[in-house]
Amino acid sequence: MNRLSRLAINEEGFIFDPITGNSFTTNQVGLWILERLKKGKKEEEILAEMLEYFEVDPETAERDLTDFIEQLRNYKLI
Amino acid sequence: MKVPYEKPVIRKVQIGLSNKFGSLYGRHIRPEIDGVPVSDLVTRFGSPLFVFSERRLREKYRQLYQLFSTRYPNVQFSWSYKTNYLDAICAILHQEGETAEVVSEFEYEKARRLGVKGEEIIFNGPYKPLSALKRAAEEGALINIDHFDEIYDLEEVAEELGRPIKVGIRLNMDTGISPQWTRFGFNLESGQAFDAAKRLVSGEKLILCGLHCHLGTFLLEPRAYAKAVEKMVDFAYQLQEAFDLQIEYLDLGGGFPSRNRLKGIYLPPEIAVPPLEDFAEAICDTLLSKLRPNDFPKLILETGRAIVDEAGFLITTVQASKRLPDGTRSYVLDAGVNILFTAFWYNFRVELEEDVPGPAEPCILYGPLCMNIDVVADQVQLPPLPRGARLIFSPVGAYNVTQWMQFIRYRPAVVLIDPNGQVELIREAENLEDILARERLPERLKL
Repeated sequence: MNRLSRLAINEEGFIFDPITGNSFTTNQVGLWILERLKKGKKEEEILAEMLEYFEVDPETAERDLTDFIEQLRNYKLI
Repeated sequence: MKVPYEKPVIRKVQIGLSNKFGSLYGRHIRPEIDGVPVSDLVTRFGSPLFVFSERRLREKYRQLYQLFSTRYPNVQFSWSYKTNYLDAICAILHQEGETAEVVSEFEYEKARRLGVKGEEIIFNGPYKPLSALKRAAEEGALINIDHFDEIYDLEEVAEELGRPIKVGIRLNMDTGISPQWTRFGFNLESGQAFDAAKRLVSGEKLILCGLHCHLGTFLLEPRAYAKAVEKMVDFAYQLQEAFDLQIEYLDLGGGFPSRNRLKGIYLPPEIAVPPLEDFAEAICDTLLSKLRPNDFPKLILETGRAIVDEAGFLITTVQASKRLPDGTRSYVLDAGVNILFTAFWYNFRVELEEDVPGPAEPCILYGPLCMNIDVVADQVQLPPLPRGARLIFSPVGAYNVTQWMQFIRYRPAVVLIDPNGQVELIREAENLEDILARERLPERLKL
């Protein structure tokens, strides 16, 4: 996860990777997850927090979190 | 109080890849079809579900009929059964005044059973079994001959009936379009068509009274029809002079496009597909300029797709989502190429039942079949869809409910929304009994 620490992320969800020069945009939930990943939190912890914080059922949250992490992996951000 | 949720997404910012035609996805939402909520339709009849709009069907027919009948005094539309031979759809179009155009003994029987008289049927196609030809001739159907062997068959029938039979011949010709359909009918340029006419006349058992052609399918060039009319009228007068034959009808077949997006055509159908007026104008103007004064043979049109395609919708439900190894988002739907045969050549309009928050990304839509070819749409821009989300495909009214396959899954129900918004079941969903009805298991193989 240490690749995440190099990213510049603003509060609107704009992400800049200074090593590759790529830019990304994410939405509020994506930003919220990224902040936690950056802090080194584990997926299970984030999932538990998501259920506390957002109006979402456990199945959807789990699926979406897995999918979001797959997207990050695809962009080689983690 | 918890915070409202939307699916987390992240997208790479692409610079310098703008599309001069703008985004292909404007987020199309269709909560209802002809005033009936999509959710009500699915609750009552299940998903997937074919939905036909009677209003749209009748309007389209009337629009087309008007386009031609205001330009030429003798026009008859004949419903192309193979495009959609559901009883309810055929009945609506017969009510509107269409005769039936059939290409097999099965379609012939279906039309007769529905109440269409023999003389209101046009019988086309490359294979008409002798028994079917006999019935059609007896009942006064209009038979368009495809090849020389059919001439012999029909002469045999005429002899049996003890009277001559009025027939037409199908022509194929060069109208400047590619591919040129040459496998059906008699070729005009080579002299084959003239030879066929000569043979008919000399046999004295058949009376040649009509010329038929069908240039191709989803034709985007109205001038091809103008060329066909020109050649057919010239040929009709040539026959009149050579054999004193009176050509009573010119049947131009079908082939007009619908507002669908053909694969490989980049522009949206609103731009790529010429308006139907252009076809009517090309055909009727050429007729009026080529025909001799006071000669108005019947103009027959066998338009199928252009009439029914846009009246049909398919409701389908997202059953699963999956990210492919290259990062592409994909969905598994409950409807595949088994029931959407036209997915092989169209990029349908894909609409959402309700708006889903989140940015759109290019997605692939897979059907439910355990087959690699089962791709309903690729490169559709869609927001992140939850499981259970409903998508509406259109136009799907042409060819799907005739070319669909009972393959792996049962075929779904088909409903019709009448002009008052009432929904009627016009074909029940299949079940195991439908499939087993024709099977026989030998006693020795029983488990």
